[in-house]
Amino acid sequence: MIDNWLIDPFVEFAFMRRALAGGLALSLGAAPIGVFLMLRNMSLAGDAIAHAILPGAAIGYMLAGLSLPAMTGGGLVAGLAVALLAGGVARVTQLREDASLSAVYLISLAAGVMIISLSGSSVDLMNVLFGNVLALDDATLLLLAAISTLTMLALALGYRALVLECVDPAFLRSVSRASPLAHFGFLVLLVLNLVAGFHALGTLMAVGMMILPAACARLWHQDLVPMLTSALACAVLGTVTGLLLSFHVGLPSGPAIVLSLGVLYLLSLMASPVGGLARRLKPRWHYTS
Amino acid sequence: MSEPMLTFDNLTLGYDHHPVVHHLHGEVAQGTLLALIGPNGAGKSTLLKSIAGELRPIEGKIRRRDPAPGGFAYLPQQTALDPTFPISVFDLVAMGLWRRLGLFGGLGLSGRRRLEEALAQVGLTGFERRPIGTLSGGQLQRARFARLLLQDAPLILLDEPYTAIDAQTVDDMAELVGRWHREGRTVIAVLHDLEHVRSHYPEALLLAREAIARGPVRDVLSPANLAHARRLAKAFDGHAAVCHRHAEAA
Repeated sequence: MIDNWLIDPFVEFAFMRRALAGGLALSLGAAPIGVFLMLRNMSLAGDAIAHAILPGAAIGYMLAGLSLPAMTGGGLVAGLAVALLAGGVARVTQLREDASLSAVYLISLAAGVMIISLSGSSVDLMNVLFGNVLALDDATLLLLAAISTLTMLALALGYRALVLECVDPAFLRSVSRASPLAHFGFLVLLVLNLVAGFHALGTLMAVGMMILPAACARLWHQDLVPMLTSALACAVLGTVTGLLLSFHVGLPSGPAIVLSLGVLYLLSLMASPVGGLARRLKPRWHYTS
Repeated sequence: MSEPMLTFDNLTLGYDHHPVVHHLHGEVAQGTLLALIGPNGAGKSTLLKSIAGELRPIEGKIRRRDPAPGGFAYLPQQTALDPTFPISVFDLVAMGLWRRLGLFGGLGLSGRRRLEEALAQVGLTGFERRPIGTLSGGQLQRARFARLLLQDAPLILLDEPYTAIDAQTVDDMAELVGRWHREGRTVIAVLHDLEHVRSHYPEALLLAREAIARGPVRDVLSPANLAHARRLAKAFDGHAAVCHRHAEAA
């Protein structure tokens, strides 16, 4: 009975299998990026960059309709431009990154919605804002898989530099020239994964697959490696649960996935003995030294 | 005589055209143990930052004998490190081996032994697995000194290394600094405790936007020099005229 509920949708329906493959690919890339995003105190920056993708994708849409290469290219260019500009501004001027990104966030959203409303239907607009993970075609699936592969490889190669750039950037600059590469390389990976998230979950929720699993994992662990592993597990669990709820209860798929992640987050918030509320229930004895 | 470790040539540093340090000339020979002193805002940290390559001069030049990254070890003020990052004392200290390990190298048995020795020297044996967020200010500073030990650099820059640190820790760390000096390394430390400078440092540079005095500590820390430095550091003028001086050697 439970088997039927859990497995049958994926066995019987190709669109569910495709959604699952897409969601897993997205989880593999977005979850670790989300952990670093959170640890660099850039969670809101991620959200702002996700919105900055919209006008780029919208211009792609205006020129070529719902075309994967046009919208991906537009989104990449716009997201990178904003991320590099904001990152560069923060590195060379006094302005903090969050200040320059907050402005971008509203301007981009308004511009993107405007462009799509002027040249398309409200169905297209909904598609762009909320994505459609149940309608991923071959080309989109390949794109998601390529982005997650590239992300895993780049993180494996640059892991040490990225950790150092997060925990003590001044030290990294004093021992190596890798600091700008770690900083900007990370921003590029962030934008790539946000574009991947944009195709599956839409511009409004793309960052959900990054931040919610990372926040869950942060509540359970004090070490980076288990944190990365748990974030990945959390993203996968949220994807599968969301897709099943979407199938059985008829919920819109993107929000169902993000809400499933949200439930995991709330549970972690309450139950985690490391960073959650349950910490307060710990017995109050202590060691002598 | 060998090439100096550092050379300042009419060095001017600052922000928005206002000099924090201007027209600084001079050399720092290899093996020097130099205390950098002066009132708040005198430009001590700015000078250190510039030696570390973090700040470009407005005018003039600064030359390091070994300009490659890793040719020096720099301990900035505590705020530069994010203590909430989930990383253990062991991993933080291991970063000191970056020059040998790079992006991919493994620690190996010798690296692990050196790391354990460094932790023992700063009195942090047993703290290896502790997240850095659970350390006290003094313990974190000891961990950063252990990392400096592993960096094994010929030039060591310390920016207020003893702020908010207890006396025992100051004594232990000062002993390490003395050892670096005996090993022939060049150490430049920004310090505020003049008694500490008198008892531990042979040479000092007194800064107050410009070099007031440089030489043996006893001569530099004269009441006249200190009073002069205080007067100069206070005299900030938002409408100051453009400086046309080309300074004499300090």
